[in-house]
Amino acid sequence: MKILAYIEQRGGELKKNAFETVTAARTLAAQTGSSFSALLVGHDVAGLAERLAQYGAADVIVVDDARLEQYASRAVATAIAAVAAAEGSSVVLISNTSHGKDLAPRVAIKLEAGLAPDTVALAVQDGRIVATRPVYAGKARVDVAVATPVQVYSLRPNVFTASAAEAAASVRTATVGFGPKDFDAKVVETMVNTGKRDVAEADVIVSGGRGFKGPENFYLVENLAEALGGAVGASRAVVDAGWRPHSEQVGQTGKTVSPSLYVACAISGAVQHLAGMSSSKFIVAINKDKDAPIFSVADYGIIGDVFDVVPLMTQEVNALHGR
Amino acid sequence: MNIVVCISQTPDTATKVAVGADGKNIDAKGVKFVLNPYDEFAVEEGLQLRAANGGEVTLVCVGGDGAKEAIRLGIAMGADKAVLVKDEERADSFRVVSGIADVVRAANPDIILLGRQSIDYDSAQVGPMLAEMLDMPCVSFVTKLEISGNAVRAERDIEGGKEVVETSLPCVVTAQKGLNEPRYPKLPDIMKAKAKPIAEVAAPSVAARVETLAMRKPADKTGGKIFEFSPENVKELVRLLHEEAKVI
Repeated sequence: MKILAYIEQRGGELKKNAFETVTAARTLAAQTGSSFSALLVGHDVAGLAERLAQYGAADVIVVDDARLEQYASRAVATAIAAVAAAEGSSVVLISNTSHGKDLAPRVAIKLEAGLAPDTVALAVQDGRIVATRPVYAGKARVDVAVATPVQVYSLRPNVFTASAAEAAASVRTATVGFGPKDFDAKVVETMVNTGKRDVAEADVIVSGGRGFKGPENFYLVENLAEALGGAVGASRAVVDAGWRPHSEQVGQTGKTVSPSLYVACAISGAVQHLAGMSSSKFIVAINKDKDAPIFSVADYGIIGDVFDVVPLMTQEVNALHGR
Repeated sequence: MNIVVCISQTPDTATKVAVGADGKNIDAKGVKFVLNPYDEFAVEEGLQLRAANGGEVTLVCVGGDGAKEAIRLGIAMGADKAVLVKDEERADSFRVVSGIADVVRAANPDIILLGRQSIDYDSAQVGPMLAEMLDMPCVSFVTKLEISGNAVRAERDIEGGKEVVETSLPCVVTAQKGLNEPRYPKLPDIMKAKAKPIAEVAAPSVAARVETLAMRKPADKTGGKIFEFSPENVKELVRLLHEEAKVI
């Protein structure tokens, strides 16, 4: 069995999901006695191979095309499928980022492969891969098996651990014949929320609910998030009331998150919210109501008013870090 | 403009999930089913495009007879007609997309709109898979859509920001919250929608490519350390996060 790990880069930059994907491929290769290759697609990206080697990628394949300076999802999907076919890869791994969500379905159709999307665990049972994925926004999990000879798995970011393993990378170049349609949708502009961490990527999230009484009090949430080096999240009620942007909404119709630490401030824990965050590694609940459902998923909690607890907690965290 | 909107029926977001007797699906007993919330944005966008450009909005839905309720809601919002791909099986996305693709090919639309994902299986695959099968471009998780002539300019959510994608019709667009404010259907329209015919086509003959082995609920947490508020306890919480959980 051969495994191909597609490594996402944006503008020549790698993010944590790149190392998570390499590590997942390395782990799966070890479990199944197979080999794995890492694939970079873009323009002038071969230099990134060295960073991948630090996570055990000994064989790095590069598809280079000047037109890929501007991200085009169809072209990247074509490149992944072409390399997988040429290499005879039977397993393709793709990080389930906003780009991966477009790529994996296309790659699966091109390779006549089944796709297990947004997986949080890959295990090998009786010689086949069993993938676990959350459904109903995390209210349940399913184990799935892909029935086709070629299999595509997309990996939820921030869940698979990245662990270093030194290797010497050999870099190979692959040539892919692109068609005109491969470039018929192009990213022409990227707007980054400067200075703000995104809840989808953050390792620490501090979320606020209606108990803050108004948007003017959200600075308390922001200050605690800042002290913890985390992102600001919000409940649906707060987003629907227009206090915070939808990009910060955590829950079933917002983002599903799994940070190391999730601090829920004045969030009672509606089933839709719990669905979006209950897979966080550690959960802290701060709420006036001792019967609030959020306490049932919390590892730590304070029963109290956020106006008392949050500023004090911010102060204590800053003190801990000598600030 | 010939507009197709693909919709699905899902359990309401307030549903508390219980695993059914087969151990692979949810127990549907007592579950309230609704039009998938993200599909409401797709239907609304279709109706707005029709208002601006003329043409008609066709709904396509894969599901059993029960899914007609969701279809009728879409008709009550203002869609012109609807096709149900009759498939009682809880299929994988590939089978769902195969069913939709046949209907869409016959409709030959200028644009195909879908919700970014259905909130049951959360796979967010159907839009891009459909686009690949139809050899079309796709822009997913769209929060702003501008169409002039054949030119499409769409803003989509990405990690920590937005991305602007330019492409052209025909294409597939999946709707993210924020794209528009879906209208509430009016009671007379809900009544009228009940009388509208819904065309039915048979499920595709392709087999699912992904098999569900088992479903389970995540384990409940026990033994959380919950304190009453006091300055000392806040200090203790921070100490525990640092020394016990080691997350700060």
